[in-house]
Amino acid sequence: MTDYDKIWVRVKHVTKKFATRKGEVTALEDVNLEIHDGQFVCLLGPSGCGKTTLLRMIGGLDVPTSGTITIDGKVVDGPSPKMTMVFQEYSLYPWRTVAENVGFGLEMNGVPFEERRAEVMKELKLVGLENFADSYPYELSGGMRQRAAVARALATDPAVMLMDEPFGALDAQTRNKMQRELLNIWQETKKTILFVTHSVDEAVYLADKIVVLTPRPGTVHEIDEIDLPRPRDRTSVEFAQIRKNILHIIEELETGNQNI
Amino acid sequence: MKWYFKLILPALFIVAWEIAAILINNSYVLPRVWDTLVVFTTPFADLFGCGSLIDNSLISIYRVSLGFIITCIIAVPLGILLGRYQVLEDFSDGLIQILRPIPPMAWVPLSLAWFGIGLASIEFIIVIGCIFPILVNTIDGVKRVKKSWIETARIYQAREWQVLSKVIVPAAAPAIWSGLRVGFGIAWMSVVAAEMLPGTTQGLGYLIMYTYNWGQVQMVIAGMIAIGIIGIVMDQFFQYVQKRKFGWEALDK
Repeated sequence: MTDYDKIWVRVKHVTKKFATRKGEVTALEDVNLEIHDGQFVCLLGPSGCGKTTLLRMIGGLDVPTSGTITIDGKVVDGPSPKMTMVFQEYSLYPWRTVAENVGFGLEMNGVPFEERRAEVMKELKLVGLENFADSYPYELSGGMRQRAAVARALATDPAVMLMDEPFGALDAQTRNKMQRELLNIWQETKKTILFVTHSVDEAVYLADKIVVLTPRPGTVHEIDEIDLPRPRDRTSVEFAQIRKNILHIIEELETGNQNI
Repeated sequence: MKWYFKLILPALFIVAWEIAAILINNSYVLPRVWDTLVVFTTPFADLFGCGSLIDNSLISIYRVSLGFIITCIIAVPLGILLGRYQVLEDFSDGLIQILRPIPPMAWVPLSLAWFGIGLASIEFIIVIGCIFPILVNTIDGVKRVKKSWIETARIYQAREWQVLSKVIVPAAAPAIWSGLRVGFGIAWMSVVAAEMLPGTTQGLGYLIMYTYNWGQVQMVIAGMIAIGIIGIVMDQFFQYVQKRKFGWEALDK
């Protein structure tokens, strides 16, 4: 069962600076964040606020300039087997079938073929792609590809799933459907999810906790717990109220930034 | 487009050739079409003592295959390393850029000085001719592998050799293959040119020089046609494999 006292991800005083031609740019400044077991956390912010950078550092693909990130108490110094990541798009290997893609992580860890195949079929069933095991990614729609990417991320049984705007390239209808399905998967598998998005609507629909990042230099501004029961009704008054509050916060942050 | 559309221009070309041959009326300059095609009706016949069309074709194909395979064994792994490790590319780029524009024929004197007259010289010319397109395409293909593909592999704890063998090589394979296609075309031209050098006694390049010295221009042209046909067949093979094996590249948009 989920153990809310267990903290999977801990981000402490993390600052990230990039060297550019125009000099040093501070992408993130003094970011602090904790993600508890089983939580669905959305990292919300405008484009260029460094939310993807933060996700990548948690995933071990980037290194903070200062500060520390720990996963399960251990300092991140590269991708951890406890975490997987779902990218926005184009991360499936087009020369591999869907099943071969989903089994990729297991293959890298030396899991034998038979065992892999069984696990892959289980995950494909979970995301509703069991009939597409031997199709190629280019034969699938955008939504189906992302389902395959989610299945691949689940196959290695990580504790934490990092998702970088995974539905950002999908049309609105598909997107809503994928959000519903992701929540079902999350409830079924009890994974901890850190989900990056720039859509307030998406964050309010999905998250237990919304972390709002300010524009550059990005810093965690507001952490909102959303305690609406699921499935959430986007048309309800409460939903609209929360969305309005968050939009208000973002607007204030942006005008505040302009005044500096 | 109808299939025969592509044949219209070659047909006109042959007609123009025939008209020109009739007007010139000198078989030492331009033989008639039929006199040339007749050479192909006896592909196993000895042509003025230089061997048959088939024998000389086979020897040229053998030579080009040998040189091409040697080049692949050198250039593809080297290209993968140079494409993957920037420091190696920076280190070697200057030398590659200097050597690349030198045509294979410019290497002939040195080749003769180093390897003498014979197979080794011819193979050297072939290797020099086709190594650069293969190397450069491989480097480029490896460098253009999507970052998200490599990062995905890293997320799943792939070791470096797994990143190379499971992601970079398959992802760069279409680019490598098209480098091989270009490289083979150049290798084929190089072998024919190398066979025209003094001291060679076999091959299609030798055949066209030898029969020319005997004034048999119809045999020269027949040899040229054979060179063209073998080139087309090999190129079609490369294209066929490209479509069959690497179709995902065009479809993955």
